[in-house]
Amino acid sequence: IMFATQVHGDNGKMKEYHYTGPVEHRFSPYSFNGGTVLAVAGEDFAIVASDTRLSEGYSIHSRDSPKCYKLTDTTVIGCSGFHGDCLTLTKIIDARLKMYKHSNNKSMTSGAIAAMLSTILYGRRFFPYYVYNIIGGLDEEGRGAVYSFDPVGSYQRDTYKAGGSASAMLQPLLDNQIGFKNMEGVQHLPLSQEKALQLVKDVFISAAERDVYTGDALRICIVTKDGIKEENVPLRKD
Amino acid sequence: HPCLDCCPHDPAPDKDYWKREIVFVDRPYHSHFEIPIKEFAVPVGVNPSGFLKSCSHEGQGGGSIDLNHGTTTLAQFRHGVTSVASAVSYIASKEANKVIEINPYLLGTMSGSAADCQYWERLLAKECRSVGALNKKRISVSAASKLLSNMMLGYRGMWLSMGSMIIGWDNKGPGLLCGNMFSTGSGNSYAYGVMDSGYRYDLSVPKAYDLAQRAIFHATHRDAYSRGTVNIYHMKETGWVKVSQEDVGDLYHRFNNVNK
Repeated sequence: IMFATQVHGDNGKMKEYHYTGPVEHRFSPYSFNGGTVLAVAGEDFAIVASDTRLSEGYSIHSRDSPKCYKLTDTTVIGCSGFHGDCLTLTKIIDARLKMYKHSNNKSMTSGAIAAMLSTILYGRRFFPYYVYNIIGGLDEEGRGAVYSFDPVGSYQRDTYKAGGSASAMLQPLLDNQIGFKNMEGVQHLPLSQEKALQLVKDVFISAAERDVYTGDALRICIVTKDGIKEENVPLRKD
Repeated sequence: HPCLDCCPHDPAPDKDYWKREIVFVDRPYHSHFEIPIKEFAVPVGVNPSGFLKSCSHEGQGGGSIDLNHGTTTLAQFRHGVTSVASAVSYIASKEANKVIEINPYLLGTMSGSAADCQYWERLLAKECRSVGALNKKRISVSAASKLLSNMMLGYRGMWLSMGSMIIGWDNKGPGLLCGNMFSTGSGNSYAYGVMDSGYRYDLSVPKAYDLAQRAIFHATHRDAYSRGTVNIYHMKETGWVKVSQEDVGDLYHRFNNVNK
Protein backbone atom coordinates (compact mmCIF):
# COMPACT_ATOMS: atom_id res chain seq x y z
CA ILE A 1 0.00 0.00 0.00
CA MET A 2 1.38 3.40 -0.82
CA PHE A 3 0.58 6.13 1.64
CA ALA A 4 -0.04 9.56 0.29
CA THR A 5 2.53 11.17 2.53
CA GLN A 6 2.88 14.89 2.59
CA VAL A 7 6.19 15.12 0.78
CA HIS A 8 5.71 18.83 0.47
CA GLY A 9 4.61 19.99 3.97
CA ASP A 10 1.80 22.37 4.58
CA ASN A 11 3.54 25.52 3.44
CA GLY A 12 4.47 24.01 0.11
CA LYS A 13 8.18 23.64 0.85
CA MET A 14 9.93 20.27 0.80
CA LYS A 15 10.24 18.61 4.17
CA GLU A 16 13.64 18.01 5.67
CA TYR A 17 15.28 14.80 4.66
CA HIS A 18 15.81 13.23 8.11
CA TYR A 19 12.47 14.07 9.57
CA THR A 20 11.92 12.01 12.71
CA GLY A 21 8.79 13.50 14.19
CA PRO A 22 5.20 12.31 13.67
CA VAL A 23 3.97 12.31 10.09
CA GLU A 24 0.33 12.73 9.20
CA HIS A 25 -0.90 10.02 6.87
CA ARG A 26 -4.07 11.24 5.32
CA PHE A 27 -6.43 9.06 3.35
CA SER A 28 -6.34 10.01 -0.30
CA PRO A 29 -9.54 9.46 -2.23
CA TYR A 30 -7.53 9.16 -5.45
CA SER A 31 -4.93 6.83 -6.82
CA PHE A 32 -3.19 6.77 -10.15
CA ASN A 33 -3.83 3.72 -12.30
CA GLY A 34 -1.80 4.68 -15.32
CA GLY A 35 -2.66 4.13 -18.95
CA THR A 36 -2.41 6.15 -22.11
CA VAL A 37 -5.13 7.18 -24.53
CA LEU A 38 -4.80 8.61 -28.01
CA ALA A 39 -7.32 9.89 -30.54
CA VAL A 40 -6.86 10.99 -34.15
CA ALA A 41 -9.48 12.53 -36.43
CA GLY A 42 -9.39 12.13 -40.19
CA GLU A 43 -11.53 13.28 -43.07
CA ASP A 44 -14.19 10.62 -42.58
CA PHE A 45 -12.93 8.53 -39.70
CA ALA A 46 -11.75 8.79 -36.14
CA ILE A 47 -9.41 6.49 -34.26
CA VAL A 48 -9.36 6.09 -30.48
CA ALA A 49 -6.63 3.88 -29.07
CA SER A 50 -5.58 2.96 -25.56
CA ASP A 51 -3.25 0.54 -23.87
CA THR A 52 -4.77 -2.12 -21.63
CA ARG A 53 -2.51 -2.07 -18.58
CA LEU A 54 -4.01 -1.24 -15.18
CA SER A 55 -1.34 -0.47 -12.61
CA GLU A 56 -0.95 1.04 -9.15
CA GLY A 57 2.42 2.03 -7.82
CA TYR A 58 4.84 -0.74 -8.67
CA SER A 59 2.16 -3.39 -9.28
CA ILE A 60 0.04 -4.34 -12.24
CA HIS A 61 -3.58 -5.07 -11.43
CA SER A 62 -4.57 -6.25 -14.89
CA ARG A 63 -3.15 -6.64 -18.36
CA ASP A 64 -6.54 -6.55 -20.04
CA SER A 65 -8.29 -3.41 -18.95
CA PRO A 66 -8.84 -1.23 -22.02
CA LYS A 67 -9.59 2.42 -21.57
CA CYS A 68 -11.78 3.04 -24.60
CA TYR A 69 -15.52 2.89 -24.00
CA LYS A 70 -18.10 2.87 -26.76
CA LEU A 71 -20.78 5.48 -26.16
CA THR A 72 -22.86 5.58 -29.36
CA ASP A 73 -22.43 4.23 -32.89
CA THR A 74 -20.39 7.28 -33.76
CA THR A 75 -18.56 8.11 -30.54
CA VAL A 76 -15.90 6.45 -28.41
CA ILE A 77 -14.42 7.91 -25.23
CA GLY A 78 -10.99 7.17 -23.79
CA CYS A 79 -10.55 7.71 -20.05
CA SER A 80 -7.27 7.42 -18.15
CA GLY A 81 -6.25 8.37 -14.65
CA PHE A 82 -7.98 6.97 -11.62
CA HIS A 83 -9.84 3.82 -12.65
CA GLY A 84 -12.61 4.19 -10.07
CA ASP A 85 -13.55 7.60 -11.39
CA CYS A 86 -13.27 6.35 -15.00
CA LEU A 87 -15.84 3.62 -14.31
CA THR A 88 -18.27 5.92 -12.51
CA LEU A 89 -17.93 8.62 -15.11
CA THR A 90 -18.65 6.26 -17.99
CA LYS A 91 -21.67 4.89 -16.12
CA ILE A 92 -23.00 8.39 -15.63
CA ILE A 93 -22.42 9.26 -19.29
CA ASP A 94 -24.23 6.09 -20.39
CA ALA A 95 -27.18 6.93 -18.15
CA ARG A 96 -27.37 10.47 -19.49
CA LEU A 97 -27.17 9.18 -23.07
CA LYS A 98 -30.11 6.88 -22.43
CA MET A 99 -32.11 9.69 -20.86
CA TYR A 100 -31.40 11.93 -23.83
CA LYS A 101 -32.41 9.16 -26.24
CA HIS A 102 -35.69 8.63 -24.44
CA SER A 103 -36.53 12.32 -24.20
CA ASN A 104 -35.43 13.41 -27.66
CA ASN A 105 -35.77 10.24 -29.71
CA LYS A 106 -32.31 10.55 -31.18
CA SER A 107 -28.76 9.74 -30.19
CA MET A 108 -26.47 12.41 -28.90
CA THR A 109 -23.97 13.80 -31.38
CA SER A 110 -20.25 13.89 -30.53
CA GLY A 111 -20.28 17.63 -29.99
CA ALA A 112 -23.26 17.38 -27.66
CA ILE A 113 -21.61 14.60 -25.66
CA ALA A 114 -18.51 16.75 -25.32
CA ALA A 115 -20.47 19.74 -24.07
CA MET A 116 -22.41 17.56 -21.63
CA LEU A 117 -19.24 15.95 -20.30
CA SER A 118 -17.81 19.41 -19.68
CA THR A 119 -20.68 20.31 -17.37
CA ILE A 120 -20.63 16.91 -15.67
CA LEU A 121 -16.95 17.36 -14.89
CA TYR A 122 -17.36 20.95 -13.73
CA GLY A 123 -20.12 19.90 -11.34
CA ARG A 124 -17.28 18.40 -9.36
CA ARG A 125 -14.98 21.37 -9.59
CA PHE A 126 -14.23 21.16 -5.88
CA PHE A 127 -13.77 17.40 -5.73
CA PRO A 128 -12.73 16.52 -9.23
CA TYR A 129 -13.03 13.31 -11.15
CA TYR A 130 -9.42 12.35 -11.60
CA VAL A 131 -9.88 11.37 -15.23
CA TYR A 132 -8.25 12.62 -18.40
CA ASN A 133 -10.83 12.19 -21.14
CA ILE A 134 -10.56 12.21 -24.90
CA ILE A 135 -13.64 11.75 -27.07
CA GLY A 136 -13.25 10.57 -30.65
CA GLY A 137 -16.05 10.27 -33.15
CA LEU A 138 -17.80 11.64 -36.18
CA ASP A 139 -19.53 14.99 -36.19
CA GLU A 140 -22.90 15.69 -37.81
CA GLU A 141 -21.28 16.12 -41.21
CA GLY A 142 -19.49 12.79 -41.00
CA ARG A 143 -16.03 14.28 -40.46
CA GLY A 144 -13.75 12.99 -37.76
CA ALA A 145 -13.78 14.92 -34.47
CA VAL A 146 -11.62 14.70 -31.38
CA TYR A 147 -12.43 16.52 -28.14
CA SER A 148 -9.87 16.63 -25.34
CA PHE A 149 -10.67 17.47 -21.71
CA ASP A 150 -8.94 18.31 -18.50
CA PRO A 151 -10.15 16.84 -15.19
CA VAL A 152 -12.50 19.73 -14.43
CA GLY A 153 -14.16 20.10 -17.79
CA SER A 154 -12.28 22.53 -19.99
CA TYR A 155 -12.33 21.16 -23.51
CA GLN A 156 -11.60 21.95 -27.10
CA ARG A 157 -11.89 20.27 -30.44
CA ASP A 158 -8.63 18.96 -31.88
CA THR A 159 -7.36 16.95 -34.83
CA TYR A 160 -5.29 14.67 -32.61
CA LYS A 161 -4.56 14.38 -28.91
CA ALA A 162 -2.75 12.10 -26.53
CA GLY A 163 -3.68 11.82 -22.86
CA GLY A 164 -2.61 9.80 -19.85
CA SER A 165 0.77 8.78 -18.50
CA ALA A 166 2.72 8.73 -21.77
CA SER A 167 0.99 11.75 -23.28
CA ALA A 168 4.11 13.91 -23.03
CA MET A 169 5.98 11.38 -25.16
CA LEU A 170 3.27 10.88 -27.77
CA GLN A 171 2.02 14.41 -28.27
CA PRO A 172 5.23 15.89 -29.73
CA LEU A 173 5.51 12.99 -32.18
CA LEU A 174 1.93 13.52 -33.29
CA ASP A 175 2.53 17.26 -33.62
CA ASN A 176 5.31 16.48 -36.01
CA GLN A 177 3.76 13.67 -38.03
CA ILE A 178 0.13 14.77 -38.22
CA GLY A 179 0.39 18.49 -37.61
CA PHE A 180 3.61 18.87 -39.64
CA LYS A 181 4.88 21.22 -36.97
CA ASN A 182 8.47 22.38 -37.15
CA MET A 183 9.02 20.88 -40.54
CA GLU A 184 9.96 22.97 -43.53
CA GLY A 185 9.21 22.26 -47.15
CA VAL A 186 6.88 19.32 -46.60
CA GLN A 187 3.66 18.76 -48.41
CA HIS A 188 0.68 18.78 -46.08
CA LEU A 189 -1.10 15.63 -47.22
CA PRO A 190 -4.41 14.72 -45.64
CA LEU A 191 -4.20 11.74 -43.32
CA SER A 192 -5.48 8.46 -44.75
CA GLN A 193 -7.01 5.83 -42.49
CA GLU A 194 -4.24 3.29 -43.18
CA LYS A 195 -1.48 5.77 -42.45
CA ALA A 196 -3.21 6.94 -39.29
CA LEU A 197 -3.61 3.35 -38.07
CA GLN A 198 0.03 2.55 -38.69
CA LEU A 199 1.11 5.75 -36.97
CA VAL A 200 -0.98 4.94 -33.90
CA LYS A 201 0.54 1.47 -33.64
CA ASP A 202 4.09 2.75 -34.04
CA VAL A 203 3.57 5.51 -31.53
CA PHE A 204 2.23 3.17 -28.85
CA ILE A 205 5.04 0.71 -29.41
CA SER A 206 7.47 3.54 -28.70
CA ALA A 207 5.53 4.66 -25.65
CA ALA A 208 5.55 1.13 -24.22
CA GLU A 209 9.35 1.10 -24.48
CA ARG A 210 9.84 4.06 -22.21
CA ASP A 211 6.79 4.49 -20.00
CA VAL A 212 6.31 1.91 -17.25
CA TYR A 213 2.57 2.47 -17.01
CA THR A 214 1.97 1.76 -20.71
CA GLY A 215 2.15 -1.66 -22.30
CA ASP A 216 0.65 -5.17 -22.45
CA ALA A 217 -1.71 -4.63 -25.36
CA LEU A 218 -3.19 -1.92 -27.50
CA ARG A 219 -6.90 -1.65 -28.17
CA ILE A 220 -7.82 0.45 -31.22
CA CYS A 221 -11.38 1.55 -32.03
CA ILE A 222 -11.89 2.84 -35.57
CA VAL A 223 -15.03 4.91 -36.01
CA THR A 224 -16.42 5.31 -39.50
CA LYS A 225 -19.87 5.78 -40.92
CA ASP A 226 -20.13 2.00 -41.12
CA GLY A 227 -19.77 1.66 -37.37
CA ILE A 228 -17.02 0.94 -34.89
CA LYS A 229 -14.33 -1.66 -35.59
CA GLU A 230 -11.97 -2.92 -32.88
CA GLU A 231 -8.43 -4.14 -33.26
CA ASN A 232 -6.00 -5.57 -30.71
CA VAL A 233 -2.24 -5.34 -31.02
CA PRO A 234 0.17 -6.88 -28.47
CA LEU A 235 2.70 -4.59 -26.79
CA ARG A 236 5.65 -5.15 -24.49
CA LYS A 237 4.67 -6.84 -21.27
CA ASP A 238 7.61 -5.71 -19.15
CA HIS B 1 -30.95 43.18 -5.14
CA PRO B 2 -28.13 43.48 -7.64
CA CYS B 3 -28.65 46.41 -9.91
CA LEU B 4 -28.29 45.84 -13.62
CA ASP B 5 -27.94 49.10 -15.42
CA CYS B 6 -29.54 47.82 -18.59
CA CYS B 7 -32.92 47.16 -17.06
CA PRO B 8 -33.99 49.85 -14.64
CA HIS B 9 -37.61 48.78 -14.67
CA ASP B 10 -37.69 45.01 -14.57
CA PRO B 11 -35.28 43.20 -12.35
CA ALA B 12 -34.81 39.47 -12.90
CA PRO B 13 -38.03 37.72 -11.87
CA ASP B 14 -36.42 35.87 -8.98
CA LYS B 15 -35.03 38.75 -6.94
CA ASP B 16 -33.11 36.53 -4.61
CA TYR B 17 -31.38 34.65 -7.39
CA TRP B 18 -27.92 35.80 -6.50
CA LYS B 19 -28.49 35.78 -2.77
CA ARG B 20 -29.34 32.10 -2.83
CA GLU B 21 -26.90 30.14 -0.74
CA ILE B 22 -24.46 27.89 -2.43
CA VAL B 23 -25.42 24.41 -1.33
CA PHE B 24 -22.73 21.83 -0.73
CA VAL B 25 -24.00 18.34 -0.45
CA ASP B 26 -22.43 15.08 0.50
CA ARG B 27 -24.43 11.93 0.08
CA PRO B 28 -23.23 8.45 -0.78
CA TYR B 29 -24.67 8.65 -4.26
CA HIS B 30 -24.29 12.30 -5.32
CA SER B 31 -26.41 11.64 -8.26
CA HIS B 32 -29.43 12.42 -10.37
CA PHE B 33 -26.68 11.38 -12.78
CA GLU B 34 -24.96 14.71 -12.45
CA ILE B 35 -27.91 16.68 -13.79
CA PRO B 36 -27.31 20.24 -12.70
CA ILE B 37 -29.27 20.96 -9.52
CA LYS B 38 -27.28 24.07 -8.65
CA GLU B 39 -25.01 22.29 -6.24
CA PHE B 40 -21.37 21.32 -6.31
CA ALA B 41 -19.96 18.16 -4.80
CA VAL B 42 -17.35 18.62 -2.11
CA PRO B 43 -15.23 16.17 -0.16
CA VAL B 44 -16.38 15.49 3.41
CA GLY B 45 -15.00 17.45 6.29
CA VAL B 46 -12.29 19.23 4.33
CA ASN B 47 -12.02 22.76 3.21
CA PRO B 48 -12.39 22.49 -0.58
CA SER B 49 -9.58 24.82 -1.45
CA GLY B 50 -7.14 23.08 0.89
CA PHE B 51 -8.17 19.73 -0.55
CA LEU B 52 -7.62 20.88 -4.11
CA LYS B 53 -4.21 22.22 -3.20
CA SER B 54 -3.25 18.88 -1.71
CA CYS B 55 -4.38 17.10 -4.88
CA SER B 56 -1.82 18.82 -7.00
CA HIS B 57 1.10 18.24 -4.67
CA GLU B 58 0.59 14.60 -3.84
CA GLY B 59 3.52 12.33 -4.57
CA GLN B 60 3.18 8.55 -4.72
CA GLY B 61 -0.20 6.95 -4.61
CA GLY B 62 -2.30 10.00 -5.18
CA GLY B 63 -0.97 11.30 -8.42
CA SER B 64 -1.35 14.85 -9.42
CA ILE B 65 -4.40 16.45 -10.90
CA ASP B 66 -3.21 19.00 -13.41
CA LEU B 67 -5.74 21.46 -14.65
CA ASN B 68 -5.44 23.39 -17.85
CA HIS B 69 -4.24 26.88 -17.19
CA GLY B 70 -4.39 29.56 -19.74
CA THR B 71 -1.54 31.49 -18.26
CA THR B 72 -0.71 33.35 -21.38
CA THR B 73 -1.03 36.89 -22.42
CA LEU B 74 -4.58 37.04 -23.24
CA ALA B 75 -5.96 39.98 -24.95
CA GLN B 76 -5.60 43.46 -26.02
CA PHE B 77 -8.42 45.72 -26.51
CA ARG B 78 -8.13 49.01 -28.21
CA HIS B 79 -10.26 51.81 -29.22
CA GLY B 80 -9.69 53.88 -32.26
CA VAL B 81 -12.24 56.42 -33.36
CA THR B 82 -12.12 57.97 -36.76
CA SER B 83 -13.84 61.15 -37.74
CA VAL B 84 -16.80 59.15 -38.92
CA ALA B 85 -17.41 58.04 -35.37
CA SER B 86 -17.02 54.39 -36.06
CA ALA B 87 -15.14 52.75 -33.28
CA VAL B 88 -12.80 49.91 -33.75
CA SER B 89 -11.94 47.36 -31.14
CA TYR B 90 -10.48 43.92 -31.28
CA ILE B 91 -8.90 41.16 -29.39
CA ALA B 92 -5.84 39.18 -30.17
CA SER B 93 -5.13 36.12 -28.15
CA LYS B 94 -3.16 32.95 -27.91
CA GLU B 95 -4.30 29.45 -28.72
CA ALA B 96 -7.48 28.49 -30.38
CA ASN B 97 -9.77 28.62 -27.40
CA LYS B 98 -8.81 31.64 -25.36
CA VAL B 99 -11.67 33.69 -26.68
CA ILE B 100 -15.14 32.50 -25.85
CA GLU B 101 -17.91 33.60 -28.14
CA ILE B 102 -20.72 34.32 -25.71
CA ASN B 103 -23.11 35.47 -28.41
CA PRO B 104 -22.71 37.27 -31.73
CA TYR B 105 -22.06 40.64 -30.11
CA LEU B 106 -20.25 39.67 -26.91
CA LEU B 107 -16.87 38.07 -26.51
CA GLY B 108 -15.19 36.86 -23.36
CA THR B 109 -11.49 36.33 -23.01
CA MET B 110 -10.02 33.73 -20.80
CA SER B 111 -6.92 33.42 -18.67
CA GLY B 112 -6.30 31.48 -15.51
CA SER B 113 -8.11 28.17 -15.22
CA ALA B 114 -9.54 27.10 -18.55
CA ALA B 115 -12.39 25.07 -17.07
CA ASP B 116 -13.54 27.91 -14.81
CA CYS B 117 -13.55 30.38 -17.67
CA GLN B 118 -15.32 28.06 -20.10
CA TYR B 119 -18.00 27.04 -17.62
CA TRP B 120 -18.80 30.43 -16.14
CA GLU B 121 -18.74 32.22 -19.46
CA ARG B 122 -21.05 29.60 -20.91
CA LEU B 123 -23.35 30.17 -17.96
CA LEU B 124 -23.01 33.90 -18.55
CA ALA B 125 -24.13 33.35 -22.15
CA LYS B 126 -27.27 31.65 -20.87
CA GLU B 127 -27.97 34.48 -18.42
CA CYS B 128 -27.40 37.12 -21.11
CA ARG B 129 -29.89 35.35 -23.36
CA SER B 130 -32.47 35.24 -20.56
CA VAL B 131 -32.06 38.90 -19.75
CA GLY B 132 -32.14 39.81 -23.43
CA ALA B 133 -35.34 37.85 -23.94
CA LEU B 134 -36.90 39.40 -20.84
CA ASN B 135 -36.14 42.94 -21.85
CA LYS B 136 -36.35 42.55 -25.62
CA LYS B 137 -33.03 44.25 -26.12
CA ARG B 138 -29.39 43.32 -25.89
CA ILE B 139 -27.75 43.21 -22.51
CA SER B 140 -25.18 45.95 -22.08
CA VAL B 141 -21.52 45.07 -21.68
CA SER B 142 -21.32 46.51 -18.18
CA ALA B 143 -24.37 44.53 -17.09
CA ALA B 144 -22.92 41.33 -18.50
CA SER B 145 -19.64 41.85 -16.69
CA LYS B 146 -21.49 42.67 -13.49
CA LEU B 147 -23.46 39.44 -13.84
CA LEU B 148 -20.23 37.51 -14.16
CA SER B 149 -18.64 39.20 -11.20
CA ASN B 150 -21.70 38.55 -9.03
CA MET B 151 -21.61 34.89 -10.00
CA MET B 152 -18.00 34.75 -8.86
CA LEU B 153 -18.74 36.49 -5.58
CA GLY B 154 -20.50 33.42 -4.20
CA TYR B 155 -17.35 31.39 -4.67
CA ARG B 156 -14.91 33.81 -3.16
CA GLY B 157 -12.15 32.00 -1.31
CA MET B 158 -12.71 28.79 -3.21
CA TRP B 159 -9.75 29.30 -5.51
CA LEU B 160 -11.56 29.78 -8.75
CA SER B 161 -9.04 31.27 -11.13
CA MET B 162 -10.37 33.55 -13.85
CA GLY B 163 -8.83 36.57 -15.50
CA SER B 164 -11.42 37.54 -17.98
CA MET B 165 -12.42 40.51 -20.10
CA ILE B 166 -15.89 40.98 -21.52
CA ILE B 167 -15.89 42.80 -24.80
CA GLY B 168 -18.96 43.91 -26.66
CA TRP B 169 -20.88 46.60 -28.40
CA ASP B 170 -24.00 48.05 -26.81
CA ASN B 171 -26.01 51.21 -27.24
CA LYS B 172 -23.28 53.24 -25.57
CA GLY B 173 -20.84 52.19 -28.29
CA PRO B 174 -17.95 49.78 -27.95
CA GLY B 175 -17.34 48.96 -24.32
CA LEU B 176 -14.08 49.37 -22.54
CA LEU B 177 -14.07 50.50 -18.97
CA CYS B 178 -10.47 51.47 -18.35
CA GLY B 179 -8.57 53.52 -20.86
CA ASN B 180 -7.87 52.60 -24.43
CA MET B 181 -6.25 49.26 -24.03
CA PHE B 182 -6.10 46.37 -21.66
CA SER B 183 -4.17 43.17 -21.47
CA THR B 184 -4.20 40.22 -19.11
CA GLY B 185 -2.18 37.11 -18.60
CA SER B 186 1.40 36.37 -17.81
CA GLY B 187 2.76 38.07 -20.90
CA ASN B 188 0.71 41.23 -20.57
CA SER B 189 3.63 43.46 -19.68
CA TYR B 190 5.37 42.64 -22.96
CA ALA B 191 2.17 43.28 -24.85
CA TYR B 192 1.70 46.65 -23.13
CA GLY B 193 5.20 47.72 -24.09
CA VAL B 194 4.73 47.08 -27.77
CA MET B 195 1.23 48.54 -27.77
CA ASP B 196 2.22 51.72 -26.01
CA SER B 197 5.01 52.37 -28.45
CA GLY B 198 2.85 51.97 -31.53
CA TYR B 199 -0.55 53.13 -30.43
CA ARG B 200 -2.26 56.26 -31.73
CA TYR B 201 -5.87 57.19 -31.27
CA ASP B 202 -6.56 57.43 -34.98
CA LEU B 203 -4.88 54.23 -36.11
CA SER B 204 -6.31 52.78 -39.29
CA VAL B 205 -7.86 49.35 -39.12
CA PRO B 206 -5.16 47.32 -40.93
CA LYS B 207 -2.42 49.07 -38.97
CA ALA B 208 -4.27 48.33 -35.79
CA TYR B 209 -4.48 44.62 -36.65
CA ASP B 210 -0.77 44.63 -37.34
CA LEU B 211 0.02 46.33 -34.06
CA ALA B 212 -2.08 43.87 -32.10
CA GLN B 213 -0.38 40.94 -33.81
CA ARG B 214 3.05 42.31 -33.09
CA ALA B 215 2.24 42.92 -29.46
CA ILE B 216 1.06 39.36 -28.91
CA PHE B 217 3.87 37.93 -30.97
CA HIS B 218 6.52 39.68 -28.92
CA ALA B 219 4.85 38.56 -25.75
CA THR B 220 5.00 34.94 -26.89
CA HIS B 221 8.62 35.40 -27.78
CA ARG B 222 9.60 36.47 -24.30
CA ASP B 223 7.07 34.90 -21.99
CA ALA B 224 7.61 31.24 -21.23
CA TYR B 225 3.92 30.54 -20.78
CA SER B 226 2.67 32.18 -23.94
CA ARG B 227 2.80 30.31 -27.19
CA GLY B 228 0.81 29.00 -30.08
CA THR B 229 -1.43 31.00 -32.30
CA VAL B 230 -2.67 34.55 -32.43
CA ASN B 231 -6.38 35.04 -33.04
CA ILE B 232 -7.71 38.45 -33.88
CA TYR B 233 -11.36 39.35 -33.47
CA HIS B 234 -12.78 42.68 -34.50
CA MET B 235 -15.79 43.96 -32.56
CA LYS B 236 -18.10 45.93 -34.81
CA GLU B 237 -21.52 47.37 -34.29
CA THR B 238 -23.06 44.42 -36.08
CA GLY B 239 -21.21 41.91 -33.97
CA TRP B 240 -17.76 40.41 -33.82
CA VAL B 241 -15.78 39.15 -36.79
CA LYS B 242 -12.87 36.77 -36.61
CA VAL B 243 -10.14 38.47 -38.57
CA SER B 244 -7.30 36.00 -38.59
CA GLN B 245 -5.61 33.11 -36.88
CA GLU B 246 -1.87 32.77 -37.37
CA ASP B 247 0.79 30.62 -35.85
CA VAL B 248 3.57 32.57 -34.14
CA GLY B 249 6.19 30.66 -36.10
CA ASP B 250 4.81 32.11 -39.33
CA LEU B 251 4.55 35.55 -37.74
CA TYR B 252 8.18 35.38 -36.73
CA HIS B 253 9.28 34.87 -40.32
CA ARG B 254 6.97 37.57 -41.57
CA PHE B 255 8.16 40.19 -39.12
CA ASN B 256 11.79 39.27 -39.55
CA ASN B 257 11.68 39.43 -43.33
CA VAL B 258 10.20 42.89 -43.10
CA ASN B 259 12.94 44.01 -40.73
CA LYS B 260 15.75 42.89 -43.01
